[in-house]
Amino acid sequence: MLTVVSRALNSGFIAVAITLLATPASGTQVDPLGSPQWEFMHRTMLDGAPYEFDGRVVVMTPASAEDAMNVPVSFRVEGLGPIERVVVFADLNPIHKVLVFHPHDARVALGFRVKIEQATPIRAAALTADGVWHVGGAWVDAAGGGCTSPGYTRAAGTWYETLGQVRHHRWPGADGGDAVERLRLQVMHPMDTGLAEGIPAFYLERLEVTDVTGKPYASLELFEPVSENPYFTLDINAGGRPLRLSGRDLNGNRVEAELD
Amino acid sequence: MRVPCLLVLCALAATVAGSDQHYRLAATQIAADTWLVRGSTAHFSMANGGNIANCAFIATGGGAVVIDTGPSARYGEALRTLVERTTGEPVVRVYNTHHHPDHFLGNQAFAGIPIYALPDTRRAMAEQAEDFSDNLYRLLGTWMKGTVPHLPTVDALPGESTVGGHRLELFAYRGHTAGDLVILDHATGTLFTGDLVFNHRAPTTPNADLAAWRSALQGLSGTPFARLVPGHGDVAEHGRAIAETADYLQWLAGRIDDAVSSGRSMAETLYLPIPRRFDAHDTLVEEYRRSVMHLFPGVEHAFFHAE
Repeated sequence: MLTVVSRALNSGFIAVAITLLATPASGTQVDPLGSPQWEFMHRTMLDGAPYEFDGRVVVMTPASAEDAMNVPVSFRVEGLGPIERVVVFADLNPIHKVLVFHPHDARVALGFRVKIEQATPIRAAALTADGVWHVGGAWVDAAGGGCTSPGYTRAAGTWYETLGQVRHHRWPGADGGDAVERLRLQVMHPMDTGLAEGIPAFYLERLEVTDVTGKPYASLELFEPVSENPYFTLDINAGGRPLRLSGRDLNGNRVEAELD
Repeated sequence: MRVPCLLVLCALAATVAGSDQHYRLAATQIAADTWLVRGSTAHFSMANGGNIANCAFIATGGGAVVIDTGPSARYGEALRTLVERTTGEPVVRVYNTHHHPDHFLGNQAFAGIPIYALPDTRRAMAEQAEDFSDNLYRLLGTWMKGTVPHLPTVDALPGESTVGGHRLELFAYRGHTAGDLVILDHATGTLFTGDLVFNHRAPTTPNADLAAWRSALQGLSGTPFARLVPGHGDVAEHGRAIAETADYLQWLAGRIDDAVSSGRSMAETLYLPIPRRFDAHDTLVEEYRRSVMHLFPGVEHAFFHAE
């Protein structure tokens, strides 16, 4: 804490103001992951807003990635009350922001996969109604290269044959009752980062799960580090109702599917 | 006064850095003419220099036969010295049981000597040796100094081949990798299984086909032997190590199938509990999690793309 304040003093009044604003009533501000990029992440990913490192934001990843293009990540937020959104980012990736999750009528929990370029913390920051970010995370080690290598379907030249296809399964009873359903879905997309030589950025940028009246259950803003042909795992309060997936990619291609 | 102190400190530092990086290989005689050089059952680390796999050698009377060569050039050199000192015979033949780097990156020390591997193993090495080597440089640093992949020079083919007084029978299996060589020395009844068998060490699966692997283990359990030299772990005197490896692989395949068909995410599956009956396996949790990352995507793809 002392280090944070004195470093802020050196960089002037605005930094001090931010630091004081960011001082939480509970929790800690000493980065448990010891990341050299934390202060920059706080400014760029969380707009310098108040935050605390919080064990109630649980991020599950492997300690070491076997495939840097497919690193499994799940987060779960419990006991924090309503969450406005969750931002996921990787401190040491060339592109930091992974996705933003909006749980309209869903558990604050998501499973997905990311591409990482080297060993990095992967964080989830959940915003509560009082404007405080609650930050969880874990280090993932990696041999690297996940962001600058072309994807498999891109390398094979087959990505356009399946672009935008959606597959899904639903499992009722995720809460032991009928209200919460496990939904897993896959959208076929190359998710090109723009960092592989000669391949411009081309990725899904928005997905939304609604019912047939348009009532939203969960929506996702997606960015370059999300893995190719991504899978998402959600727990939604849909109680067996028919659902619909809609979205688009960077080039304006639409994604539409019924999730029966 | 200050200068001599600094010199002493530098000398000490140099001694520590140097002495940390010598493989202290020891050969244990496990049968007539036959020795095991046992590796650690841990994962690659700076502490073990990548010495995590078993190597073995046979003094045939017509020259020494070496089975697997370890993770680095330096290991290979230490192994060759140990073999020639122990047997008093020159090395006349090397076998690589499969294409994983902890078993063949010591080949360099045997350049000029015929190195045998299954054709499928040679193909896989040609594709992956450079990546494996890069990854070991990342994990092991200067332990790897000077190591360059030296690939096998001769196809190992199933059947019998006599070296000196030892009749060696070769079997071509697959499952742990695309090519898994098993060698039965009829002179002593010693079965060298490579990584088809792990003894009290969790199996690794980066290139595994679990169904083929289990069928290979069935084949091995029908092969008479007096003792078994696994790729990792202690020598086994009976079939327990085969049965335990098969049991773990069957459980692992079922675990991944169940996780996918019940809607678990891949990250959740990493953190599911592991049955207590596997507690005797070293590096269990780490290898289980690596296996989830290797195997989950294929099972998941089959599940979602079934229609």
